[in-house]
Amino acid sequence: MSDTIIKVENLSKRYRIGLQEKKADTFTQQLINNLKAPIENFRRIQSLGKFEAESDSVHWALKDVNFEVKQGEVLGIIGKNGAGKSTLLKILSKITEPTSGRIELIGRVAALLEVGTGFHPELSGRENIYMNGTILGMTKKEIDSKLDEIIDFSGIEKYVDTPVKFYSSGMRVRLGFSVAAHLEPEILIIDEVLAVGDYEFQKKCLGKMEDVSQKEGRTVLFVSHNMDAVRNLCSHSILLRNGTIEANDYTDIALKYYLKGEKTNNLLNIKEAEIVGAGNKNIQLEEIMVSSNKDHLAELVTGEPLHIKLTYKINIPIDLSKSRIDIRIDNQYGQRLVWMSSEIKKGFDFYKKEIVFKVNENLLLPGDYILTVFIHDGIDVSDWFPSVLTFSVSNSGELFSKLKVPNSQSSIFYPFEVL
Amino acid sequence: MKKSVIQPTKGWQFIDFEELWRYKDLLYFLTVRGIKARYAQSILGIGWAIIQPLFTTLIFTLVFGGLAKVDSDGMPYILFSYLALWPWSYFSGTLSESANSLVANAGMITKVYFPRLILPLAAIFSKLLDFGISFIVLLVLLIYFQIMPGWGLLVLPLLLLQLLMCSLGIGMILSAMAVQYRDVKYALGFIIQLLLYGAPVVYSTTAVPEVWQFAYSLNPMAGVIEGIRAGFLDRPMPWEWIWPGSIVATVLFVFGLFYFRRMEKVFADVA
Repeated sequence: MSDTIIKVENLSKRYRIGLQEKKADTFTQQLINNLKAPIENFRRIQSLGKFEAESDSVHWALKDVNFEVKQGEVLGIIGKNGAGKSTLLKILSKITEPTSGRIELIGRVAALLEVGTGFHPELSGRENIYMNGTILGMTKKEIDSKLDEIIDFSGIEKYVDTPVKFYSSGMRVRLGFSVAAHLEPEILIIDEVLAVGDYEFQKKCLGKMEDVSQKEGRTVLFVSHNMDAVRNLCSHSILLRNGTIEANDYTDIALKYYLKGEKTNNLLNIKEAEIVGAGNKNIQLEEIMVSSNKDHLAELVTGEPLHIKLTYKINIPIDLSKSRIDIRIDNQYGQRLVWMSSEIKKGFDFYKKEIVFKVNENLLLPGDYILTVFIHDGIDVSDWFPSVLTFSVSNSGELFSKLKVPNSQSSIFYPFEVL
Repeated sequence: MKKSVIQPTKGWQFIDFEELWRYKDLLYFLTVRGIKARYAQSILGIGWAIIQPLFTTLIFTLVFGGLAKVDSDGMPYILFSYLALWPWSYFSGTLSESANSLVANAGMITKVYFPRLILPLAAIFSKLLDFGISFIVLLVLLIYFQIMPGWGLLVLPLLLLQLLMCSLGIGMILSAMAVQYRDVKYALGFIIQLLLYGAPVVYSTTAVPEVWQFAYSLNPMAGVIEGIRAGFLDRPMPWEWIWPGSIVATVLFVFGLFYFRRMEKVFADVA
């Protein structure tokens, strides 16, 4: 069981960015470039000694990546957007070629970078099963033998002869995943596809994936932003940052590295941080402070007060009677813990240009938490910052330090008694 | 279990036919998909495969045969032009369909791996049904004019092979180019219209000045059309028109295979 099934050596992938490289996208442009070529060549040769010009137009999506995967292993691949996860999967699934390096694979590879690739709206569900299945590398014979199972798993028996264009998006996802779930490759590559579909079906798919790896000994590479799913499925994970591997370890350890990279910050000025929220900006967020003190920044302690103060400006004189401000606190695994909204508590005066969410007794245990801010002017979204800042609760208070609630067990202390 | 290696490829390579064969079912379903999707939700459905060449022929007969009095070598003009339009509409149809095949399926190319050649191939095969159906019209015309095809018809399979190689060759080159240069899509429509006058569709090769005849015969479609005419109308095979074109068609086909393979690796990055 411990044979190496995937071996990646010095893998790199370079992309050109912008129009700086000489490749043209239209013929005329190419012709113009060709006419200008002697001049350009002269410039290039002249600037050979200088380095900047060339390195600006080139982006290394992956740089010298090395790792191995053993048979039957479920490997998670985590990292921020742009870290190189999708590029890695695209190279592994042969969609695109690496710039340099080498990968050795043993067995058939099936890549699931999308659910229902090749579906045609005019064809029936049944026809699309064959379409999608063969694209994923199955033969007609294989699909024939599994057709009933696939239809059964999808749970849309009644509509299987209806053109797919009449399906709801959920039904399409179900059908697509059912086909994918019945692939029998030695190596299965999955990218974020579980982010779609309803919860019940997601659970069914995760269950099927666990079966695939555990009972059938198949190797799975799994990319996801859903940290829970990664933790549940993957024993090991690779953490990518800016195209290189930062950690290749047990999932828990890799996740810690992942989260350590997030700078914690209990005070954030939106303008200084150069971030922009989504929305019409009728009401615009200016500053966030998470503190135990209402007026100034102070360490957050479990069991003591918690203040989340938001300062904002009103850019357009509008009726603010239906406006609201929501905040949400997630733990570092992305699980939603707390939601507060000005809408629930009546009587808040929006023209004050600041709002404080006050909690008398902070029940968050020491650790890092992620804050999301959402401002709605009553008609439309005004300013929305998902996961805008990571703040830390640094200390247990006197009372709580004696309680010793293991951080790995829980994020929130829920007051209780033992009788 | 089979071991495979992924690494950057360099230079010109040949198509991996073994892999292509493994994906034959995909080719089949994509071809069927092409046919079904083309005529889905239309009243006349596959009837359009008859209407298009038939009406073009009627108009050509009216304009070129009736008004402009183009010489048709003594054959009824309608038969003369239909015998040319039958292969020509297949050729022009596959050209536009295959040139667009990669761009239209960019979503598939960037999400899953399969031999990319399947896409233009499926486009060309799915047009074969139209080709077969418009053949029925040809049979009706032959019966109406009481014309008995001669032994020359035995060459037909070779001519069709030349037609296929020519369509496939140009189709592969254009589809690969279209991924990077979207100009292909816009230019193709009217280039096909212009090409029509570069082939003996509305006129006969006898109208071509002698000095230009060899250059003209390099057009693979000229040989195909003249050969088909001769075969069905029981006239001597015009080999001097056929062989230069068949060499060109073979060159196009082989070059297309290499060119497609060379461009294939950047499809997912630029599509």
